[in-house]
Formats: sequence, C-alpha cells, structure tokens
Amino acid sequence: MNLKIYLGMLRRTEVTLAESFVEVAEGHGEEPDVYFLCLTLARQCLTHQEKLEAVVGRYGEEASDSEPERLHAAGLSQTRSGPVGLLRDLQDLYLLASFVDITWTMVKQAASALRDEELLAVVAECDSQTSTQLKWLQTRMKQAAPQALVAAGE
Amino acid sequence: MADRIADIWGSRTPYGRGGLWPVRVDQALDGGLQEADIDRWVQSACVLCSNGCACDIAVKDGAMVGIRGRAGDLVNHGRLGPKGLFASWQGVSHQDRLTRPMIREHGQLVECSWDTAMGRIVARSQELLRTKGPLSHGFYTSGQLFLEEYYALAVIGKAGIGTPHMDGNTRLCTATAAAALKESFGADGQPGAYEDIDHCDAIFLYGHNMAETQTVLWSRVLDRIAGPDRPKIVCMDPRDTEVARYADVHLALRPGTNLALMHALVREVLQNGWEDSAYLSDHTLGLEDLRKAVEPWTPEAAAETCGVAAADIREAARIFGTSARVLSTVLQGFYQSSQATASACQVNNLHLLRGMLGRPGCGLLQMNGQPTAQNNRECGADGDLPGFRNWENEDHINELAKLWNVDPAIIPHWAPPTHALQIFRYAEQGSIEFLWVSATNPAVSMPQLPRIREILARPELFLVVQDLYLTETAQAADVVLPAAGWGEKAGTFTNADRTVHLSDKAVEPPGEARPDLDIFLDYSRRMDFSTQDGAPLLPWTGPEEAFEAWKECSRGRPCDYSGISYEKLRGGSGIPWPCNDDYPDGRVRLYNDGVFPTDPGYCESYGHDLLTGASIPPTEYKAAAPAGRAFLRSAEYTPPHEEPDQEFPLRYSTGRTAYHFHTRTKTGRSKPLTAAAPKAWVEMAPADCEELGISEGDLVRVSSRRGSIEVPVRVSGIRPGSVFAPFHYGYWDAGGVPGEHPTAANELTLTEWDPVSKQPVFKNAAVRVERIGGATGPAPAPTTTASRPAGATNVPATRGGPDAEASELLAAAAPPQFPGAVNSAGGRS
Ligand code: SF4
Repeated sequence: MNLKIYLGMLRRTEVTLAESFVEVAEGHGEEPDVYFLCLTLARQCLTHQEKLEAVVGRYGEEASDSEPERLHAAGLSQTRSGPVGLLRDLQDLYLLASFVDITWTMVKQAASALRDEELLAVVAECDSQTSTQLKWLQTRMKQAAPQALVAAGE
Repeated sequence: MADRIADIWGSRTPYGRGGLWPVRVDQALDGGLQEADIDRWVQSACVLCSNGCACDIAVKDGAMVGIRGRAGDLVNHGRLGPKGLFASWQGVSHQDRLTRPMIREHGQLVECSWDTAMGRIVARSQELLRTKGPLSHGFYTSGQLFLEEYYALAVIGKAGIGTPHMDGNTRLCTATAAAALKESFGADGQPGAYEDIDHCDAIFLYGHNMAETQTVLWSRVLDRIAGPDRPKIVCMDPRDTEVARYADVHLALRPGTNLALMHALVREVLQNGWEDSAYLSDHTLGLEDLRKAVEPWTPEAAAETCGVAAADIREAARIFGTSARVLSTVLQGFYQSSQATASACQVNNLHLLRGMLGRPGCGLLQMNGQPTAQNNRECGADGDLPGFRNWENEDHINELAKLWNVDPAIIPHWAPPTHALQIFRYAEQGSIEFLWVSATNPAVSMPQLPRIREILARPELFLVVQDLYLTETAQAADVVLPAAGWGEKAGTFTNADRTVHLSDKAVEPPGEARPDLDIFLDYSRRMDFSTQDGAPLLPWTGPEEAFEAWKECSRGRPCDYSGISYEKLRGGSGIPWPCNDDYPDGRVRLYNDGVFPTDPGYCESYGHDLLTGASIPPTEYKAAAPAGRAFLRSAEYTPPHEEPDQEFPLRYSTGRTAYHFHTRTKTGRSKPLTAAAPKAWVEMAPADCEELGISEGDLVRVSSRRGSIEVPVRVSGIRPGSVFAPFHYGYWDAGGVPGEHPTAANELTLTEWDPVSKQPVFKNAAVRVERIGGATGPAPAPTTTASRPAGATNVPATRGGPDAEASELLAAAAPPQFPGAVNSAGGRS
C-alpha cells in the first residue's frame, strides 16, 4: 500500500518543519513572540511525529531509497536578518507548513477509505494544530508586512 | 479623625447580603483648614486607580486644598482610599510641575514657547509623512487621560495620519481584560458591577490583590465580611496578601501556572455536574472542546504543577459550583502572567458554565489597572477601533469613515493595530522615527528597562513627551510639553464597572501648561488634518464638544454613550454605560438575557486561537454561527518560558503597593504616602532568606538575564521560591539614572507578551539573589499590606501621623441606589 510512503513523508516533513521552526526562533530571537511561539510549535510538530510513529508501523516502514527521497520537502537551513528577512523566513515556514497540512489531508482521505479510526483520530488532532500554525504564520506575516515592506530601511 | 495610612480601609460599616452599603463620607483638607474656609467644591472622580471613586475637590483662593468622597455615588458611597485622600490634588499641586514647553538644543532641554515647541513637532512630523509615510509615526498614550483626549488622539492617528502604531500603557494593565471579554463574549464590556458585592455568596479573586489595588472596593468587601452573612472568599495569589488573610481558601500557586489551576476548577465543576446544561446549550458554543482541554487536569495533576493542595482545589471548585451567587474579579496576577488571556477566559467559562451572568451577585469583573484605561479601549487610542468596532469588518470601517468624513482607505485596518512592545521594537529598528508619548512613563513601566532606555535615547528617534513632570521618559525627549493635570481641566472617564464620571475643572493649570485635549487639537490644526470637504478633521474647541462627537461614534455600539451628557453627569451619581433610549439612566449589568454581542456583523473581534494568537478567519467565525451565543474558549497549558534553573533559581514577580500608583509621579509627591513606602524593596520568604543568610533589611542584589536591582529585603509571607518587587521605584527622585543601586523592578523583567492580548509578562522571570550588605534598619516596606513582615518582629508599624488624618462621617446620607441616584435630567440629544 502506498499509504506508507505518504506516512513516512509526513513524519519526515513534520521533523523538518520542527527543525525549521527552531531555526527561525534562534535566528530571530530579538522578536520574542516569534522566538517563543516557534519553539512551542516546533514541539507540536515533534509530537505529531511521535503520534504518527505509533500507527505507522501497521502499514510497514518504507525503504529509505524509495519514493520519499524524491518527494522530500526541504527545510530552512539558515535564516535571514532584518524585518524583510523575518517576513521571508515566516513565508518559508508557511510553505512548509502548507505542505504538511495538505499531506495530512491526503492521509485523512486514505484513512477514511480504510476506515482506520485510530489514524483518523491522529489526523483530526494533528491537522487542526497544523492549520492553526498556518493561521498564526499568516497573522504574524500580515502584521509584519506593511512595516517591513514600506517603512523599514533597505 | 482617622489615620488613613495606618488604617487603609477606614472604619467598618457592616451590612448583610442584599442590603445597601452604608454611606461613609471621607474627607481630607489641607492642614488646619475647616470646611467653612472652603470657597467651593468641584465635582470630580479620583484618577489613582480603576475604581473611579467620585469626589468633590475643595477650592480656596484658586487652589485645590482638599477632597471628599461623594455620598450619592454608586461606586464609593462617599469613601476614598489613601491615594485619593493624599495624592489626588497633592500629586498635582507641586512645585516640580512643568510650566513651559522645552526643546532639546545641543543635547540639553531648554524652555521655549508653545509656538516653538509645536513648530518643531509639526516640522518633523510633516517631513516624515512626506518622506517615509504614516508608518513612521507612533503614539504611546496612557490609562490616565480623559475620554475626550483619547478620542481626539484616536481620530488624529486613524484618520489624520493613518498609522496603525497607536497604543497605551493600558497594554500593560488592562489589555487582557479586554481581550478575554472579546474572546468569550464577542466584544469588550464589563459584565458585572461593583454592586454585585452586595448580593454575592462567594467572591473569587484571581490574581487580584484588591485590598491594595482598589482599596475602596475592598472596603465594601470588608463590610460584607463584617456583616451577618459573610461571603466565602477564595484567593489565588502567591503572596500572603490582605485578601489571603480573609480567604476561606487561599491557593498560593506557583507563579506562571494559573491556567493549570483554572483547568482543574473547570474540570471539577463539570465532573460534579454543577454546570447549568440548559444555559450552556442555549447560550454557548464549544463545550466539547472545553471538556477535552481540561480533561487531563485532575486536582492532583494541577496540585503538582501549581504547588497547592488538591483538597484546596476541590474546595474552591465546590464553593464555585455550589454557591448560589458568585462574584469573580480578575487582575494582574492573571493578566501579567503567562497564558494570560487563556486563564482569564477560563474565569469567563466558569461563569458561563453556571449561567451566572447579569444577575445580582453573579458578577464577573475583568478588572482594569488604571483609572481611565476603559476609555482608551473604547475610544481607540490603543490597539482598538473606536466604539469597539472590528478592524476586520469593512462595514465598521465605513461607518467610521462616514462619521469622520474621510476616505475609508486612510483608516489602518489591513492588519491588527500595533501593540506597545512592537511599537518600541519598530523604534528600535528605526522604522518608527516619530514617537509621541502622552501621560505615561515607559522608561520605568516597560519591561527590560536597559533596552527601553537605549531605544528612547536613540538620536534617530524624535521623541515628544507630554506630561505633568519631567519624568524619566521626558528627560530623554526632543520636545517636552507641559500638560494640565486632574482638577485643571474638564473631561469624563469610565471606571472598571463601566461607570462614567465627569471631572470638572477646579483651578487653572500652572504656568503655560495646557490640557492634553488642547495640545492634540493644536497639533491637528497645525498639521491641517481635514475631512474630504476640506473642513478641519477635529473642529472641536473644548471637551464637551469632543464628548458630543464621541456620543455619535458610540451610538448603537455596546459602549453606547448617546444618552449621557455633561449636564446629566453633574449633581448625581456616575452612570454605567450603555446609556441610550433603552437604558435612559444606564445599565448596571450586561448579559442578563444571555444574549452576547457575538453576531458577526456586530462583534468587535472574530477571535483568536488562545495558544498562538492566530486570528480566526472571518469565514470560519461566520460558519460557527454564534447568533448571540458566547464562546467557551480555552488553550492547552504550557509552562512559563523562563523557568528557574541553577543559575537563576527563584521566581520573580512585580506588582503594586497600596500607597503608590505607577511610577509615583503623583503619589511620590505626597508626604504621607511617600513616608509610608519611601523606597524600593523586595519580598522573600523566611526559608529562602535563611538559606541565603539574609535577614530583614539586608541589602541584596537581585539579578536576571536582563539586569539587576540592589534593594533591601523584607522577610515576608510570600510563597517560598518567589521574590516580589514593587514596580513604582524609578529614578526621577534619584538623579534620573539608575546610579549605584538600581531600584526599578523592570530592570529584570523579560520582553515577552501574551499571544492574544499582547500584555507583557511581568510576573514570571527567573532570578538569583545575593546578599551584598548588612541592614541599616528594617526594609522600607509597609507593614500594613502584603509586605508585612513574617512572624513576630520588631519592625515598627506603618503609621501616617498628623499628615495622614482624614475625617469619616458615618451614615451621612441614605445609601444611593440605581437608578434613583442618577441625575434624571438631560442626556438626550
Ligand atoms: S480606591 Fe482608587 S479611585 Fe478610590 S480613592 Fe483609592 S485610588 Fe482613588
């Protein structure tokens, strides 16, 4: 069943997202809300990863050289600086979190078809948190954009 | 005569449940003066805390010489507390007052004319608007101006300049109250009333040291406690406060763990079936999510996290769950701690669960800190839009544009208004280059002071400061504007239970000082802010015209003032809004019908995720179809972000003492108040002191990752592991700079804020304490308050002496009652 490929990909992308949240937290420590919330959200992503781990075994681990490598979503390896840099980094997080979000949706589709209640419960809990992560990123970016793009020095 | 420094709350006038709080008229006249010497009395209300005690100012030979409480007012029934008695006019009539504008020349502030000072402001403002646009401008105001002044400032910022960068120090004191009300009920607006003290069977005080922050309100509670059927008292506070002393249950929880405790209380109420299921299904949304959120929080789990006994949690929950009428009051212990909005919302949830809103005794008071904080929220000089309008609702923006006759596009509504700490961050980064600070002192009151001082001193930042005195902040300004104080100008303001008072002008301001309203109007004129027809944007000539304009702005909104007038406010009691055709004399309690302002077209906010502060998208809000139902919102508990560790093993929190207000600009100029609490101190528990070899009065250095203070220790009844510092002690009376022994509590605090309310987290920081010197006497901390020494000591009791005498006239009149106490004349327009 190809679901295992998607589950593996989702697990790995949650970890990548967690690492990227930490990266942004540390790169923008001068913005306390970004710092603390990114760390909180990084922990959320790791919890998602653990929850998936508990169900994923039933579908079998995918081989490490199979599809997921090609489907890999890259994280942030370093952050930018300044107000525009912050905006851009949040935007990168947004893209990555969107990828996670839509992947959850696909997994949910599969879990529904399989009537896998346990997996559906995991999806329900984690995906709603991912969608809140997206909303927060959007809220924060909307707040930062006018000042960064209009008023901040070049 | 009573010594009202020694006896903060005055004589008891006991009464029973459902009775009327007896009148006691408190009065203090300047040394030796008798009532017969007074030329006239001028109606006002006290501006030294959010209680809003009505008073009359005694005037003799054109000077303020005394004060007395107004017997007929619904708020205080004649009483005044120590600050009102000894620092209202005394805090204003002082030789240190600024009397002329000043500008910075070659690094020095020098006196100049109004024309020069305003000319300089306008030149810089216009140049920046031309070259950088409106986002270069920021306004940081107060919780101590009048309604008319906030409204003028709001119109200038939102329709004249078009900047979203407006906030007040209300962010520091009351933002969470507003946020929690919006999240739960759809709009700001205090549900309860002080009168609920008269009717309740239990009072819950959540992080609210009412005995010191609103002393007259606490007198009302004390009179119920002394009465025949005292209400049960439940206190949540890590300090051994006066409130705690009367508590049936004192939950001295670990700072930073409020939400865990609240989860446990909510869970207990649900587990025991104490909720009102019919009310919940008719009037609320979100019960299942709430159940899930609190599920892990058994009393035992919370006991472990919060460091209190599980049995006490059960008992507190039982009192809440089984008393017929519960009054809840919430303040800074919740608002300035971690997960502030989520914790305050859980208080709202408790009331919703039991359907206890809007009925006598079933009050909910999300309190304010400052006297006029409420008006800043209403008028929109902070991060809100005037009239509790929703910045995400185009119709609301259009209403304002029409009212002001401006292009809707100028009103900043593309993103949430910028909160205070973000404004300072933009100033730090250089994108805000013009900052106008009115009636507040961020150089002492903001978190992480070393950083704030650097920002204010940036040469690139053009800083305007408008105040009574040359505060620590004013000393860093490019232009200083001398403002008229309380009693020297007219205006209205609204207290924490929505009661509106008029404060009339009693005397002339000193020198060339001008009312804040006049200053704003002058700026607007000089900037040529105009309507679409080219008429002046602010055509008003004085406060009454501004008030009339505000009435139109508030019409039809939850804070409807359309039925109030200056005439109606004169003579009788203050009036609780809404006051309109439906409620011609005002309305004591909101939501007795269980209908909440959550309709998407009417609400002030579409709400947020309480963990992250993410905005709920309008479509999602509308899909929930609230239809007048309240939201049971909640969030998962997360531990505070800075926890004690080996390097910084103690938990630090800051707060007030009964004798001072804010940065002491007024109370520090009152002899009896200063004598009662002259200098800074910290409080520590006996066990911690013993471990560190510290005794009463020893000088210690308290350090955090941000800075340090050096002050004497009071060995007090605070929870072990905690250190408390009053935040009043800046440097205006010590050379203006921290000097050898810094004393400002905010040297240590952390720049962090609640994700929803954006209120700074003042009450959680990790610190270490070292003894650096022996005692020269006991710590300069009062013995009459939460700072009283632990156990038996030889610390002399705090007394006021002859300077602190005030008279108490018992039963001077029949207790005022709503609506009879309100002046029925006037109002309509
Ligand atoms: S309780 Fe507050 S409003 Fe009343 S007198 Fe005291 S400081 Fe003033």
